[in-house]
Amino acid sequence: MNSNALASREGNRRIPASAMRRFVGQHLTEVVSALVAVALAIFFAIQSPNFLTSDNALVLSQFIAPFAIFALAEVPILILGEIDLSVGQMYIAAPFFVTYWHHAGIPVLPSVVLALLVCCGLGFINGLISISLRVPSFIATLGIAFALRGIILIYSNGAPTNPIGSHMLVNILGGWPWSEAIWAVGIAVLLHLMLRGTTFGLHIVAVGGNSESARESGIRVERIKIWCFVLCALLGGLIGILDGYHLGSLDPATDGLTFMFYGVTSAVIGGTALTGGRGTMVGACIGACVLGMIKNGFLILGTSSFALDLVTGMTILLAMILNVQIEQATSMRGPRGSFGRAVNLVFSIVTQRGKGKVRS
Amino acid sequence: MTPNGGANGPAGVENVLRTEQISLNFGPVTALRNVNLHLERGEVLGLVGNNGAGKSTLVKILTGLYRPDGGRIYLDGEEVRFRSVQDARQHGIETVFQDLALVDELSVYHNLFLNREYTRGGWFRFLRNRAMRAAASRFLDDIGIDIPSVDAPVAKLSGGQRQAIAVARAVRQENIKILLLDEPLAAMGAKETSLIIGLINSLSKKANISIIVIDHNYTHLFEICDRINVIQHGQVTVNKSLSEISLEELIEFMVQSFRRDVAAGDAK
Repeated sequence: MNSNALASREGNRRIPASAMRRFVGQHLTEVVSALVAVALAIFFAIQSPNFLTSDNALVLSQFIAPFAIFALAEVPILILGEIDLSVGQMYIAAPFFVTYWHHAGIPVLPSVVLALLVCCGLGFINGLISISLRVPSFIATLGIAFALRGIILIYSNGAPTNPIGSHMLVNILGGWPWSEAIWAVGIAVLLHLMLRGTTFGLHIVAVGGNSESARESGIRVERIKIWCFVLCALLGGLIGILDGYHLGSLDPATDGLTFMFYGVTSAVIGGTALTGGRGTMVGACIGACVLGMIKNGFLILGTSSFALDLVTGMTILLAMILNVQIEQATSMRGPRGSFGRAVNLVFSIVTQRGKGKVRS
Repeated sequence: MTPNGGANGPAGVENVLRTEQISLNFGPVTALRNVNLHLERGEVLGLVGNNGAGKSTLVKILTGLYRPDGGRIYLDGEEVRFRSVQDARQHGIETVFQDLALVDELSVYHNLFLNREYTRGGWFRFLRNRAMRAAASRFLDDIGIDIPSVDAPVAKLSGGQRQAIAVARAVRQENIKILLLDEPLAAMGAKETSLIIGLINSLSKKANISIIVIDHNYTHLFEICDRINVIQHGQVTVNKSLSEISLEELIEFMVQSFRRDVAAGDAK
């Protein structure tokens, strides 16, 4: 415990912490993930001359954007301590709805809106089952995911189709190479404002942190949770339509769970707690960047597609171990094990911060 | 409504709260038996008694968590029945329980303003964080709570500071008349204890809030309270202001009755 920490405890005075240090302290996992992302970028840039090129920037954005939107969709749900496993299946289903209704004679735009509304409805059902009927959201949304997959397979008879539409609309909806990235950035900004700047966002964190306390203060906990499920399903449907127009063909047998897990993984890499109470949109985007770069970078290095999953898995594990250990080293619980103590030592040297202050 | 003698206050003194013959049974167990209790405006009343004597049960009735089987509660002379905690709160009764109802992840000022945020932008309800931060800072200064920063997440505060913030949130209610504190000094260090004791004293004197405190530490209670009620076996057995009883007498009384209880238990 250094003298500064002592003074803060004994005197109880308002000590102006430097803005920088406070920022790092409060957003540690995000900062660490960003450093991991930079390290990955440097690594791939050294390993391959093709990584830091404008052509690859576009390819990279197409890797990152869907991960980012899935992650952004999951963050509020994860903060609440719930999970939505069905968002990947919304992704598969929404473009199919659009295509079918278009074939049935409805113009593209109304059928897009209709498809998104159906997704909202499914999200509402997710919410009702897991909140009102008290089925754990893990199971409730898994059930919806399988059911939705079944519906799509039955209706399509397993046959892939192609999304169609007018040129302009298709470009906005993901046909133009950069449009997904722009959508991702726009959604990120909006959701960040929602989470950090509105009462709704504050109440999400409050419910996730201590739902009893939130209820005590009159927050309608159930309503908040259900709205988050609706929002998540809506975003899942949206990214599905974007990706559908981007890829130009739809396979009903695609596994939505994988996409969902990329989103959840991105969010968690970016500092969202699976136990609830904590998470940021910026972190989710950083996590998506880390995940996207791992995928894209190893592909550029010529890693075989079989080995790619192995490498991806190991890299995710490494990033998370680092993150969790640093988190533990700086939290009130203190470091566990020698690795944590080493991290703790480095961290306290870097920030010149005594550990006694928070552990007391 | 005739004053019921005994535990009731002298006629003419303004009672914020008065209970008449409150009783509550949990199945065959009698938790409270004809409890008469009164609380004057700006007064701090200490409730003492052994574990299971009924102190917490009584507080839970007053806070709207339990409904009594019999008896009446008067608030400012009018009979009231609390249907829920929210209902009691609307009548101006705030409670700070042992398990503090704070959200660890949120900052001090967000906790103080939770679900009563300052907002702008109509339907979107954008937070006015700067205004809330300033107001929280001013409010905490006013009631004499000194914490390093209102920006810090509550998780980073010490137990005493968290307790103080919980109390501050309760007394921030505009219509608050009565504050119920269930063991506010449990598991606190010496410095934190003096922080909370100072806060309780200043609330009752400056803010004119009536307070009921449950605590096991008689020394602390003698620093806070104006009057002590002893609850034994679901009844108020002693009702004395601090001028009528000394700390030593209270301890002696509690020890004696504890011995009697043990002897009675052995005899069975």
